[in-house]
Amino acid sequence: MKLIAALGAWAIAFVARLGASFLFLLRALAGAGRALPRFSLVVEQLYAIGVLTLLIILVSGLFVGMVLGLQGYYQLVNFSAESSLGLVVALFLVRELGPVLSALLFAGRAGSALTAEIGLMKATDQLAAMEMMAVDPFARVIGPRFVAGLIAMPLLAALLSAVGVLGGYLIGHGQFGVDPGVYWSSMQNGVDLVDDVLNGIIKSVVFGFVITWVALFEGYAAPPTSEGVSRATTRTVVASSLAVLGGDYILTALMFGGL
Amino acid sequence: MVEAKGVDFAFGAGARAIYRGLDLVVPRGKVTVILGPSGCGKSTFLSLVGGRLRPGRGEVLFDGAPIPPPGSARLFAMRRSMGMLFQSSALLTDLSVFDNVAFPLREQTKLPEELIRIVVLLKLEMVGLRGARGLMPAELSGGMQRRVALARAIALDPELVMYDEPFVGLDPISMGVIVKLIRELNDALGLTSIVVTHDVSEGRAIADYLYLLGDGRVIGHGRPADMADSDLPQVKQFMGGLPDGPVAFHYPADALGDDLGAGGRGGAAAARAAETVRFAP
Amino acid sequence: MRSNRIEIWVGIFILLGLAALTMLAVQVSNAGGAGGDTYRVNAHFDNIGGLTEKAPVMIGGVRVGRVGVIGIDTDSYRAVVGLDIDARYDTLPADTSASILTAGLLGAQFVGLQPGADDFYLEDGDRLEITQSAIQLESLISQFMFSQGRGGEQ
Repeated sequence: MKLIAALGAWAIAFVARLGASFLFLLRALAGAGRALPRFSLVVEQLYAIGVLTLLIILVSGLFVGMVLGLQGYYQLVNFSAESSLGLVVALFLVRELGPVLSALLFAGRAGSALTAEIGLMKATDQLAAMEMMAVDPFARVIGPRFVAGLIAMPLLAALLSAVGVLGGYLIGHGQFGVDPGVYWSSMQNGVDLVDDVLNGIIKSVVFGFVITWVALFEGYAAPPTSEGVSRATTRTVVASSLAVLGGDYILTALMFGGL
Repeated sequence: MVEAKGVDFAFGAGARAIYRGLDLVVPRGKVTVILGPSGCGKSTFLSLVGGRLRPGRGEVLFDGAPIPPPGSARLFAMRRSMGMLFQSSALLTDLSVFDNVAFPLREQTKLPEELIRIVVLLKLEMVGLRGARGLMPAELSGGMQRRVALARAIALDPELVMYDEPFVGLDPISMGVIVKLIRELNDALGLTSIVVTHDVSEGRAIADYLYLLGDGRVIGHGRPADMADSDLPQVKQFMGGLPDGPVAFHYPADALGDDLGAGGRGGAAAARAAETVRFAP
Repeated sequence: MRSNRIEIWVGIFILLGLAALTMLAVQVSNAGGAGGDTYRVNAHFDNIGGLTEKAPVMIGGVRVGRVGVIGIDTDSYRAVVGLDIDARYDTLPADTSASILTAGLLGAQFVGLQPGADDFYLEDGDRLEITQSAIQLESLISQFMFSQGRGGEQ
């Protein structure tokens, strides 16, 4: 009986939270619309969200590309197909690793920071103070961050993919002597602009949307205590990472499954 | 200036009622102090006046118009003639002192930057912190933060300034500075001030008119001198800071002997233990 | 100045991101080569083996286009492969023949074109008459084994 009641309570709380998050999304989107004319606010957030995430994205991209180069070469050389190395590396990166890995890093680096920032602003009455100064926090605080997240995520994903392809080239050409022309031409022959590159970008836009939404909502809904904010930060990383991986499966099935 | 008429309020349906029939008038041009024990909903009153909460029943009037007015645009317009000082100061942590005071001006007006600079420096001069304009909020003491927040609250020259627990957590000097500022600003700028506090001595020192809240309604009001001489037991207890009285020392509970298990096994011992701790405050 | 530094960094970030996008579009994917005009010729095969859409179309090892579409001719039940040839290669003789070839023993399959000697050139919607189907490893092996077997009897 207790178990059933606990389940019921959990379900009610879950649905309530879901509803709250959708209401929040509507207000955030409205705020984003009103933030666009004041692009300097968005630029500030692009710095906090994008530029500060740049380094980890570039370094990760390089290493992932190099690992792909190594592993890809070891497998392909069994079939004397090392000429396809460029194709394998590029497809992995552009379709999957670029959007997904950058999204996970983004959730960990920028998403958690967003939650903590909004949560602290709420805990220290900064949002309430804005309201009392007749400034809508959704237009001034939430909106610009939302827009910045949407812009930054695809750029970061593209950077990770591009650096990764270079990393694969570094290993393929530098260590194994794969011909540069073969590396690039196999890539160009096999990677399609619409099917692969564009779909990868769409994925990353969706991921950026979800992560920014989760992060901002968790911060906004966090209990105004230091414990509440730190829990919300953890939840942001967990929830948005799960959403990215689950969403990636759905998107991949939709995009590449011929549906 | 501000008037509450029969206000009922609770945070959500079924929650404990904060107000049950609150009636209160804040006269224009005066410093009105709202006193009350912790947790009696003093700060909630400021949220109602600021339109951040909506009364369950009754109405709160600002200049004769109900708060919150229909439509967020009119609410925001109304808030432009209010300033509020939060207990936590609520300075924007990523902006300097200057930018914090300039914030409402930049958001709400289209003044050129030179003019904003003049206004900000004048406001900072009023609170004595013109020299600290380049510092970040984290570099200031609590008292200085509150003064910056005060400068920000009056940046748009409001008619009404609300102070939420302005004396909490300050050393005696900072406390004296804030008391002096509230008084001086009110008289020099012709403001109406609402101060919410549980500090009886500072509240009395600063008030033109006092309200004492308890049990979700006003339990006493008058000029500070009248309040001090009041015969009402609740007013007497709070103004004098007595530990027991109408507001009981003990949270409502069963008799101690019952709670300790008197009547069951070891009942006699429990009853004796209860006897030894029972004392009349 | 603080805000200025932020703007510069954001500018760098956006430029880098756009450069990465451009690189993915031009250098990594096929947009650089096949972004231009193409014309479509159809080739009918008995068997296309493992040929897939977007497989390259080559003449003498040079890529001149790619496989645009693969379908079935509902009258003859033969496979129809639509080849998108780059518009700059517009002087292929009309009697050009097509065959499905394999890169290496197990590599990907592609369409190889052998230009003929006709005076007329291929145009959009033309059909390649002379085709050679994919060589299937299984049938090659079975042919080899049967011929071996017959040789042993005689």
